Amino acid sequence: MIPLKWEKRLQEYLQNRELWIKELYKAGSFWEGRRKFLKMAAMAAGVAATNSLLPHSFQLVDIVNAAPQGQQPFTFAYISDSHLYEKTLNERFVRQLERAVADINALDPQPDFVLYGGDLAQLAQPGELKLGAQILKQVRAPIRMMVGEHDWFLDLGDLWKELFGKPYYSFDHKGVHFITLMSVNEKDFWTAKNLSPMQRMQIVSGLDDGRQSSFEVGEEEREWLARDLANVSKTTPIVVFSHSPLYKLYKPWNFWTDDAEQVQALLKPFQTVTVIHGHTHQVLSNRIDNIHFHGMLSTAWPWPYAPQGLPKLTMQMNRPDPFNQTEGLGDGIIDVLGNGRVNKRYDLWNRNPLFVSAQYLDSNGASDNPSKTALPSY
Amino acid sequence: MNRLQWIKLSVITLCALSSIIFYQSVKAQEPVQLPTHAPVSSDGKNMVVQLCDGETNMEVKGVKPGERLSPDQAQIVSNQLMAQWLAKQPKEVTEAWMKENLIVKNDQKANAQTTSSNEQSAQDQPIDFTGRDYQMWKKELEQEVSYGDQIFHSDSLLGSTNGVACAMCHPHAANTHPETYPKFQIQLRRVALLRDMINWCIENPSRGAKLHPDDPKMRALEAYIMAQRKGTVMEPGKH
Ligand SMILES: [Fe+2]
Ligand SMILES: [Fe+2]
Repeated sequence: MIPLKWEKRLQEYLQNRELWIKELYKAGSFWEGRRKFLKMAAMAAGVAATNSLLPHSFQLVDIVNAAPQGQQPFTFAYISDSHLYEKTLNERFVRQLERAVADINALDPQPDFVLYGGDLAQLAQPGELKLGAQILKQVRAPIRMMVGEHDWFLDLGDLWKELFGKPYYSFDHKGVHFITLMSVNEKDFWTAKNLSPMQRMQIVSGLDDGRQSSFEVGEEEREWLARDLANVSKTTPIVVFSHSPLYKLYKPWNFWTDDAEQVQALLKPFQTVTVIHGHTHQVLSNRIDNIHFHGMLSTAWPWPYAPQGLPKLTMQMNRPDPFNQTEGLGDGIIDVLGNGRVNKRYDLWNRNPLFVSAQYLDSNGASDNPSKTALPSY
Repeated sequence: MNRLQWIKLSVITLCALSSIIFYQSVKAQEPVQLPTHAPVSSDGKNMVVQLCDGETNMEVKGVKPGERLSPDQAQIVSNQLMAQWLAKQPKEVTEAWMKENLIVKNDQKANAQTTSSNEQSAQDQPIDFTGRDYQMWKKELEQEVSYGDQIFHSDSLLGSTNGVACAMCHPHAANTHPETYPKFQIQLRRVALLRDMINWCIENPSRGAKLHPDDPKMRALEAYIMAQRKGTVMEPGKH
C-alpha cells in the first residue's frame, strides 16, 4: 500500500551508499594490481622495467626489499571462526562457511594451503564438528587445522583430535618454518565447581563470561615449542598460528594469552616472526619488536573492538551494518614475501578488501597505511 | 477510482489493520495480575487487621470494626502482625529483614542527631532520603539489570530459534550504543528507539518473535544495555 515510496527511497539510499563506499575505498584498489605485480616481480628479473606500471614510487623499494634472501614468495589463504551449530538449528552460519570455502576455491592461482583458524563449532558438539569437517573437505587446497576454545571445552579436545589430528605441530614450507599452537588452554575452573562438560563449554563459549580462566599456551606446550625451535636457524622466517592473539589485549574478553610474554621470548631470537591469530573476528594488526601480528576475519559474526588496549597500528574496520548480516565477515589471503614477511589481505564480504602490508608494520605505520574507516567503529 | 479515493481507502484499511494488530498485541500481553487480599471473616465484634501479605491477620480485642486505633495501639498491632509474619518465614528472609530494620533504625538515629545539631536547616529542608531508600533503589535496579543480563546472554530466554544470543555479537553490550537513540533508520522507516533495534535483532539474527514494548523481558534488556553505558554522553540521532 503505502511503502512504495519508501521502497523506492530505500533502494535509492542503498544504491547511493554503495557508490559512496566504492568511492571511499577507491584508494585501496591499486593493491590488487600490486599483488599481481609482486608475483610477477618474483619471477622476472627486470624489476625496473615494470616500474612505470606502478602508481606509487615507494613500491619499487618494497619489491627490492621483498626478496633479499631470495626465497620463493607464495600465498596461503585462511578461513576462521565459523561457530557452526547443526544445520537444522542455524543454517546461516553453515551457508557462510560454505561461502568462504567457495571464495577460497575460486582463487586463481590456488593458494599453497588453507589455514583454518579455530572455532569451527559453537559448542563442540559432535554434530557441529563433523559438519564442519565435512564442509572443509570441499576445500581444493591442502588444509591446516587449528583449534579454538569453542571446539575444545566439551570433551577437552577428544573429538577434535580424532577428526583433525594434533592440536599443536610444526611444518616447513618453501623455506618458512610454520608453527600451529593450541593457545586456548584454561586452568581448571570446573572441577571445584562440579560443572558438567556442557556447563564448562557454555561458560567458555561466553566471550564476556568471567567465570572462566584466561587462555594460555601452557608449560608443556612451551617446552615443546622451545625444543621445536632449537633446530631452526635464527634467520629462517617463522610464521606462528594461534587461535588467541599471542599478546595481551583485553582480558575480560580473552583477547589475551596469559603466557604471551614467555612465548614471545622464545620467538625473540628469530629475525622474522609473524603471528596469525583467530578469535577476535576483526581486522587487527600489531607489532611487538620483531613480531608482526595479524587477526583473521570470522565467517559467523564480527566482534566489537575492545574498549581498551587496542594496538596503535590497528587500522579499525568500519563498524558492521546491523541490517546486513554478512557485514564485517569474510576470509582472506596471506602473501609470504621473499624475505619471509607477510602482506595480509582481509577479504571482507560486501566491501572492498583491506590490506595490511609488511611494510606498514615494519615502518611502524610511517608508510603504506591501510585505508581508514569513514565512520567510527565505536 | 481517483487519487483521493485511493488515499481514503488506504487510510481506512490502515486504521482497521492497526486496530487489529493493536488488539492482538494487547490480548497477547495481558497485564500482570497483582495479588488481591480476600476479606477476612470475623464475628463483627472486634476489628480485624490484615497484613499486606494478604494472609496474616489479627483480631484487636476491644476495638469495634470502623473505630480508629490510637497511634500506640496501631504500633502494637503492627508489631504483632510483623512478628507473626516473621515466625512463618525461612531463616534467610528473617535475617535479611532484621538487617534492613537495623539500617532503618540507624538512619532514624542519624536523622535525629542531625535535627538536634542543625535544627534550623532540618526545618527548612524536606526530609532527606534514607539509607533504606538507596538500598531499595539499588536492589530493585540490580534485579532488573541482572534479569536483562541473563536474557542478553541466553538464546533460549531471548526466544531465539537458531542459538544466537545478544552477547554473541555484543559482549558486555558493546556496540549497542543506546545513547544514540532515537535516530532515524531508513530500514525501519521511522525514528527508531533502542527497543526497535532490540526487536530487529531478535527477529533477524536470532530468528525469534519480537517482544511487546512493555514485555518484562524487553524492559529488562533495556535496563541491562543502558546500565552498561552508564556515564556515556547522550547523542540522540548519531549514526
Ligand atoms: Fe571465534
Ligand atoms: Fe575463539
